Amino acid sequence: MKKIKQHKTKRPVAAYIVSAAVLLLALWLGVSVGSVKIPLQVLLDPGADETAANILWKIRMPRVVLAGLVGGSLALAGAAFQGLLKNPLADPYTLGVSSGASVGAVATLFFGIGLFGTYTLPVFSMAGAMAVLLLVIGFSRAVDRSLKMETIILTGVIFGSFLGSVLSLMIALTGEELRQIIGWLLGSVSMRGWKYVWMILPFVLIGGFLLWLCRRELNAMLFGEERAHHLGVDVRKRKWMILGGGSILTGSAVAVSGTIGFVGLVVPHMTRLLWGSDHRHLLPLSFINGASLLVFCDLVARTIISPTELPVGVITSFIGAPVFAFIFYRQRRKGRNRHA
Amino acid sequence: MLDVKRLTGGYGGTPVVRSVSFKVEAGTMLGILGPNGSGKSTLLKMLSGLLPADSGSVEIGGKPISGYSRKAFARQVAVLPQLQADAFSHTVYQTVSLGRYPHQAGLFAGWTDADERAVQKAMDQMGVTKYRDTEIEFMSGGERQRVFVAQALAQEAPVLLLDEPTNHLDIAHQQQLLDTIRRQATQNGLTVVSVFHDVNLASLYCDRLLLMNRGEVAALGTPDEVIDEQKMETVYAARVRAGMHPEIPKPQITLLPANEMGHEKVIIRKSDFSVSGEYVHLDSRMPLKTVSSAVYRAGAGWFRHFVNRKVGAAYITDDAEAEMRNWLHETGFPLTQTVAMMTAAMTEDAVIGEYGPPDAPIVICVTAGVGNAVDASLGASRDVYAGTINTWVIVNGHLSEEAMIQGMITATEAKAKAMQTEQVLDPLTGTVATGTSTDSLLISATQTGICYPYAGTVTELGKAIGSGVFECTAEAIRRYRRRKADLDGSGRWS
Repeated sequence: MKKIKQHKTKRPVAAYIVSAAVLLLALWLGVSVGSVKIPLQVLLDPGADETAANILWKIRMPRVVLAGLVGGSLALAGAAFQGLLKNPLADPYTLGVSSGASVGAVATLFFGIGLFGTYTLPVFSMAGAMAVLLLVIGFSRAVDRSLKMETIILTGVIFGSFLGSVLSLMIALTGEELRQIIGWLLGSVSMRGWKYVWMILPFVLIGGFLLWLCRRELNAMLFGEERAHHLGVDVRKRKWMILGGGSILTGSAVAVSGTIGFVGLVVPHMTRLLWGSDHRHLLPLSFINGASLLVFCDLVARTIISPTELPVGVITSFIGAPVFAFIFYRQRRKGRNRHA
Repeated sequence: MLDVKRLTGGYGGTPVVRSVSFKVEAGTMLGILGPNGSGKSTLLKMLSGLLPADSGSVEIGGKPISGYSRKAFARQVAVLPQLQADAFSHTVYQTVSLGRYPHQAGLFAGWTDADERAVQKAMDQMGVTKYRDTEIEFMSGGERQRVFVAQALAQEAPVLLLDEPTNHLDIAHQQQLLDTIRRQATQNGLTVVSVFHDVNLASLYCDRLLLMNRGEVAALGTPDEVIDEQKMETVYAARVRAGMHPEIPKPQITLLPANEMGHEKVIIRKSDFSVSGEYVHLDSRMPLKTVSSAVYRAGAGWFRHFVNRKVGAAYITDDAEAEMRNWLHETGFPLTQTVAMMTAAMTEDAVIGEYGPPDAPIVICVTAGVGNAVDASLGASRDVYAGTINTWVIVNGHLSEEAMIQGMITATEAKAKAMQTEQVLDPLTGTVATGTSTDSLLISATQTGICYPYAGTVTELGKAIGSGVFECTAEAIRRYRRRKADLDGSGRWS
């Protein structure tokens, strides 16, 4: 009995310790490295160096926290989508959900909508995400009832490119602030400030909580919806919760940072490889590691060709696309071997 | 436990299942049979609540299934699906643990000792505990299916529904799986309903069977009531023969192929027999349906080589069958196609005759040694000596099982009559003998051509067998006596 208990708790605890340590390291590097190096003691005693404290608290800290929230949200949404669709290639970006959120966000700016005050942007962004997700899944199901991996991804690509052209059209019609919007679209967390952190934090919490409620159901759904039903899962309700939670997370992330690709793909995949596919741990670990990854990527983006800043989406795609190719290759090989 | 009343339902308005009613008692196993598209999987989906019924009701434990919440239902009914492939990998332990999902209520429900015990027990029962930390992705189909059974057992539901659980499994895994499930029913009172593709497996393991045809109940009852040649042929539109399992009282069916392989029409004639001092041999060129009391491969079977081997008067062995097998093997007979008996009489004296219709005769072959003659009616105790009447009846025609048995009776009666006519006496009692103590009889048929449903003494076949066996046996006894007299004269026969 003792041995069993040990096995059950040992691995997750190690995983959490490692992940948290990495996150702390990322956060520390994120706030301290840059054109102005900020020593550790500023964090503890803001009076020591007022300029440094200002940079730390007004510029770097919100940026790093925002990057963490965005990265965590995308990774968490990715993990949930992958579990729900039983598709290791699903993430907000490959499913076209990010594009949907972008359209929602840009439309808010384009038409000057202010329905929900500060929250207008994230709300419309989420609505866009949700709408596209439903369209993609509905269309894939119409094409092929078994929802094959390739079908969903291809549908995501189709919708993504269509929405991309809608975006281009809206940008072309705007004319002004072109550069800024494009920069936003490429994905960036720079110059956002605390306002944006507060803007998305409640949505990140709500979306994350919705998914966390479904952690056991996601485990069951890995065996298919029918099997989950037989195990006692209220599949319809849980599916809406997962799709809703994922869309809220994606929408809020896109609302503040534009489309940042592949975080939702790479992080859950690595987490699963390292610590298994139990969603009770996969979800929180994906969030933590997603946060770390985006903080690191953002650090690289703003320092690699300093003083010019790269959009962070460039860095994540640079890492993410090859990982996508690798997973796809592996999955296909595995599938072929199984059917041979 | 499970009560289904006039259940009707299907997809999009067209009912696939129509007015199905049945009950399953706790601790019993019901098998659902039927051809593809007969609605058996749909029925199972409706039982498991996956598909709502258009009308009718399903009650579990006296309560309609619509009255259960999803989780409460899963505590009553566990389902084992067909074998499936998975994109993601869970370990065995994780997979089985999921069976506890319906028992975990509330937001922060923890893993209790009861949960752990149920999972452990289920893994032990299915013998997968040793794979605890293996990812199921890397397991073979049979092992993986056992893990899913363990998952269903961990649910601790009193009802288990199975959808062709043995699909894609080899026979050893099929047996293991069904043995375990059967044991759960018998010992733990589990109520089992399973869809089967394989009629014979269903018959072996189920208490009752439900035969579906076009969405309706074609038959419901015990396996011997349901597995009936006519019902099977009508419902499945396949040519089958039904018979009993050789060891247990459960019916089994066998398919009849449309083109019986290599069934060229062969007529067996007297000239097909070869006789030597060592043995009488018939090569029928195709397998004949045979029933015999031979030494080697007695009972029923299909054989092509028929051997009557001469052994010395002093032949003694502990295991005649093994000795015979060795001899056949050394002599070059194919063991799987050969039926063999032995005699102490001279095989050259075998009497072979053709009777009945000349173009498809009944061929009879008798060897006789009556030194050991016995009057069966007196049952006197005696030592056994070699001395045997071996009778073969080869029929060019199709015999029913009845005809086979009647043929044996007729042949035996004719043999007894020949003994009487030849005045063969039981040396111990001095009365007329009815046979010898080690007589063998073999009856074979080509199972082509003329159909003989009966072989009683009033039928044409019975008359041919009766007169043929009588004539041949009497002649064989006379030859035996002549041979004995000659040898006695020369003093070589002891």
